[in-house]
Amino acid sequence: MAQPTISTAAAPEAPAPQPVRSKTAQKRRNRYIIAPLVLIGVNVVLFLVFFVWPGALGLLYSFTDYRGIGKLHFIGLVNFQKLFADAGFYAALGRTFTYTVLSVPLVYVCSLGVAALLVSKAVRGRTAAKMVIFLPWLISPIVVGVIWKWLFGQDFGFINFVISTVGGNPLPWSSDGNLALAVVIFASAWGGTAFNMLLFIAALKNIPESLLEAAELDGANAWQRFRHVTLPGIAPTSFMVILLSTIHAMKEFAMIQALTGGGPGTQNTLIVQYIYKTGFEQSKVGYASAASMVLMVVLLAIALIQLRFNRKKG
Amino acid sequence: MATAANMPPAVAEETATGGERTRAPRRTRNGRNQPGNRELRAKASIPLTVLTWLIAALYALPLLWFLLSSFKPGSELFSYPLSMIPREWTFQGFVDAWERVDFARYFLNTATVSIVTTALTVFFSACTGYALAKYNNKGTRLFFVCILATTMLPTEVILNPTFSVIRDLGLYNSLAGIIVPSVLTATGVFMFRQFFLTVPDDLLHSARIDGAGELAIFFRIMLPLSRPILFTLAIFSFQWRWNDYIWPLIVLNDPKWYTLQVALRSIVGAENIDWPVLLGASVISLLPLVLVFFVFQKYVLNADVSAGLKD
Repeated sequence: MAQPTISTAAAPEAPAPQPVRSKTAQKRRNRYIIAPLVLIGVNVVLFLVFFVWPGALGLLYSFTDYRGIGKLHFIGLVNFQKLFADAGFYAALGRTFTYTVLSVPLVYVCSLGVAALLVSKAVRGRTAAKMVIFLPWLISPIVVGVIWKWLFGQDFGFINFVISTVGGNPLPWSSDGNLALAVVIFASAWGGTAFNMLLFIAALKNIPESLLEAAELDGANAWQRFRHVTLPGIAPTSFMVILLSTIHAMKEFAMIQALTGGGPGTQNTLIVQYIYKTGFEQSKVGYASAASMVLMVVLLAIALIQLRFNRKKG
Repeated sequence: MATAANMPPAVAEETATGGERTRAPRRTRNGRNQPGNRELRAKASIPLTVLTWLIAALYALPLLWFLLSSFKPGSELFSYPLSMIPREWTFQGFVDAWERVDFARYFLNTATVSIVTTALTVFFSACTGYALAKYNNKGTRLFFVCILATTMLPTEVILNPTFSVIRDLGLYNSLAGIIVPSVLTATGVFMFRQFFLTVPDDLLHSARIDGAGELAIFFRIMLPLSRPILFTLAIFSFQWRWNDYIWPLIVLNDPKWYTLQVALRSIVGAENIDWPVLLGASVISLLPLVLVFFVFQKYVLNADVSAGLKD
């Protein structure tokens, strides 16, 4: 410990580590421990108070029938038994999975496609197009929900107006559960493209031109070059985008609150909304905490599976 | 949206270091539209340009429809046939929104939260990122893993325990209750860490040889160097906090402390939505961010802005 070496072990791309030879080793050593401690101090405290503490408390609550006030009363695994027999919980979890499985690929394809177009020198007006496509990033999930609710309003929306103008039948965007989910998925892709697009643009620009040229000389067509040079080249970014979008989709809350409120009925209630409803509106803190713990395990499993998958490929 | 307030290092690295600025012309994945000849490639491709702008128009449509609608009088909003351009332009929706919803107050609350949190986030992320990049010991390595964990396990999903913690700390129903828990963000830390990894250690060594203290090196040499990251993170953080919904919803009870997002949600969640007011209010709530974005857009859009810093 405390080797006075400025190492960059965690970052292979950084310059090679260079040892610092010090004369008064002990004194130096102290400086190298105390200084970083001072620098990370506040964030360590915040981490402990707002991450570790709630985590531990949540685990504790999940074994009690706590209702927000009074003493903790332990009831063992009753919450989990009830949870695994609760159709509402399964419905919310299942709907969250459906949403994630449909929205993440859409976000991925949209952001990568847009990024690929925007780095192509053959496209004119790229800066302006980039700015237009980036604008949704500025809009809060709540307002994204409002915008799409307005666009897809069943009786007053622009989309149904266009459909009926061209002679079709207006679709029940808010009273049909699956159509309502479709609107939510469109909205998530619309709002989620901008940021991921930036990540992809940076990654695409980092692919060595010479590799693409070499592939072209060898007779690879544009699709082959994309499939066998570009795609492997941006694999780390792809991995991150998919992982982050998945976690983001699993905890989707604000946008749906504004867009459908989980409706029609409770058909599109996602898991975080379910936790919010049981934990705050019905004050079943212990029960909601149990649901949170299950969701935490699911998120951890998703992260680990994706990490494993990524490592295998890499 | 996918501004995941918590990004693992690889992503932050992309954001922080990006690519080089000048690049040879590149191809796209769209084979059909691709001129085979190398000379031609740098020239404009009409199909690709049209495709790009069609997509841009598709992205602009929801926003445009929404913006134009906010200028329509209430009577025109639902009158068929709908028209894209308002037949009669009015600011009544904005006026109503400003008067009926206590907007000035919500604006002030949101601005306070966003500015204070952003200042704190940027400063402490810089400190932590620097320590993680330039000091390698068990402590910093462990904390790096801890921060990584916060990206995989977001506390947004353990609402009740977090609420209890905030309540027990006496932060319930106060703006501090939103500010303090939001200061630590993995993305910020990783962005700075990644940046400081690219700063040559030689700089650090020569400062040490000159007798500078560790903290002095950070404050007087390293922090000024990291200005572009500082701006980028500041804008990110401002956007996250301005648009934040779940913490204000849980922490704030008294309407006088509401932030814009919570106030908007209470309009849209009503039994009968007052669309003219909702549209006006939503548009007003967007303005500050749009303004900030257009002033500082190069720090966001040129994610590779820091590439020039390496030399």
